[in-house]
Amino acid sequence: MITDTLLLQLAVGILVGLGAGYLGSFMILKRMSLVGDVISHVALPGIAIALLFEINPFFGAFGALFLAVLGIWLLERKTEIPSETLVGIFFALSLAVGILITPEPELLEALFGDIAEIAMADVVITSILTAAMFFVMAKIYRGLTLSVISKELAQSTGINVSRTSFLFLMMVALVVALGLQVTGTFLMGALVIVPAAAAKNISVNLRRYTILSGLFGAVSGLGGILIATRFGLHPGPIVVLASGVIFLVTLLFKK
Amino acid sequence: MAHNSTILTVENLGVKFDENEVLKGLGFFVQKGDVLAIIGPNGSGKSVLFRALLGLVPHSGKIDWAKGLKLSYVPQRMNIDRELPLSVEEFFYIKSKNKGKVLSVLNSVGLSDDGHEQGHLARHLLKQRLGWLSGGQLQRVLIAWAVLDDPDVLLFDEPTSGIDIGGEETIYNLLRKLKEERNLTMLLISHDLNIVYKYANNVICINKEMICYGVPSEVLDPSALTKLYGGEASFYKHEHGHDH
Repeated sequence: MITDTLLLQLAVGILVGLGAGYLGSFMILKRMSLVGDVISHVALPGIAIALLFEINPFFGAFGALFLAVLGIWLLERKTEIPSETLVGIFFALSLAVGILITPEPELLEALFGDIAEIAMADVVITSILTAAMFFVMAKIYRGLTLSVISKELAQSTGINVSRTSFLFLMMVALVVALGLQVTGTFLMGALVIVPAAAAKNISVNLRRYTILSGLFGAVSGLGGILIATRFGLHPGPIVVLASGVIFLVTLLFKK
Repeated sequence: MAHNSTILTVENLGVKFDENEVLKGLGFFVQKGDVLAIIGPNGSGKSVLFRALLGLVPHSGKIDWAKGLKLSYVPQRMNIDRELPLSVEEFFYIKSKNKGKVLSVLNSVGLSDDGHEQGHLARHLLKQRLGWLSGGQLQRVLIAWAVLDDPDVLLFDEPTSGIDIGGEETIYNLLRKLKEERNLTMLLISHDLNIVYKYANNVICINKEMICYGVPSEVLDPSALTKLYGGEASFYKHEHGHDH
């Protein structure tokens, strides 16, 4: 049965999937799949600290993600190749710290998300921030794309590659922080990468690729929450599994 | 010696990465309509010189471009894998959404057929993934992309691999044709002395510092080449390898 709560859950699930899928398409272009996959782990200690100080966990998560993407951005500036090992270690350690310091009653929710008591305010905030993300991306996606092909070519046409990359990573931090309510810190990274990987399988051009990435994310959010509700399961993992099913299907049609 | 039509003056140019001197003491002029070749062994700083001229790396000394010039650049290495979901059309649209102009520029780099179905080939090409193009096609697309917004100066960093020799000859014919059609000044990094003799009116030889500068037939004498490349230079070629 469709309830008001379910509608709110679906709205947030679709928005988060849409934003994560769309941004994920650029994470993959930037060869940051690993980063995309584990970045959300950093949010856990942020959530824990927010809970300890009794502030909104979203701000704690965003703060931690902000610091993480700042670190990635600095690494990116220093070296040509992102130091994946360092990033991997850092993310794994922050997850360990997060598990230790998150109060036990909230741990499961922080790890796997919880949209059972989602409110209208959450939908409004998610809508506004997702729209803001798309606005920023509309401004920077050309420069972002060109810098993927050649940083020098991008710079030679007057694009500030470093600033573009920073803005993009901030958008990733924002969308991941928003998505934590749906999938939690363990699985949000998957929602960034899997729909985009699926879209990449069947896209020849960027337009189709980015649109499909967003669409696959949104469908994962919608389908995952509906199935989870129908069978009384935890929505986060089902949302991610839904994106996995889409990925497997697209493999059959790989270009 | 500054001339009315001098569009670039470089004096005592130096580039350091950390404490490593990559270039030092370079000085030369470029006049409007020149074809200046830059030669040197691998790792001699040729690409770094381009990056400095484009203002992409910090440098010491003077790089003085005439005011209001539009520079365009064809880099040596591009990071395009076959899986990259970016069509040729979208690659051009990053710079200009004017499809007529894109088709016309594709035509002028020889990527369009002259048959009765005018522009059919170009239209087909535009829908391809950038990563699906052959080495020669990609090089032409990059040149087309570079001249799309009508630059005054083209900086061309020749790829060390990916194009066969036969193809290379045509690329240079094409560059010469574009230079004449579009009134371009060209700076080109080349690995092939035959190309330099044939196409450039000036050459600078660098190996971190300036070894020679002037008209190719005058300055590329055996002693300069030996100094530049070592003993093997009499063969007038060197290994095409990785170059920074």
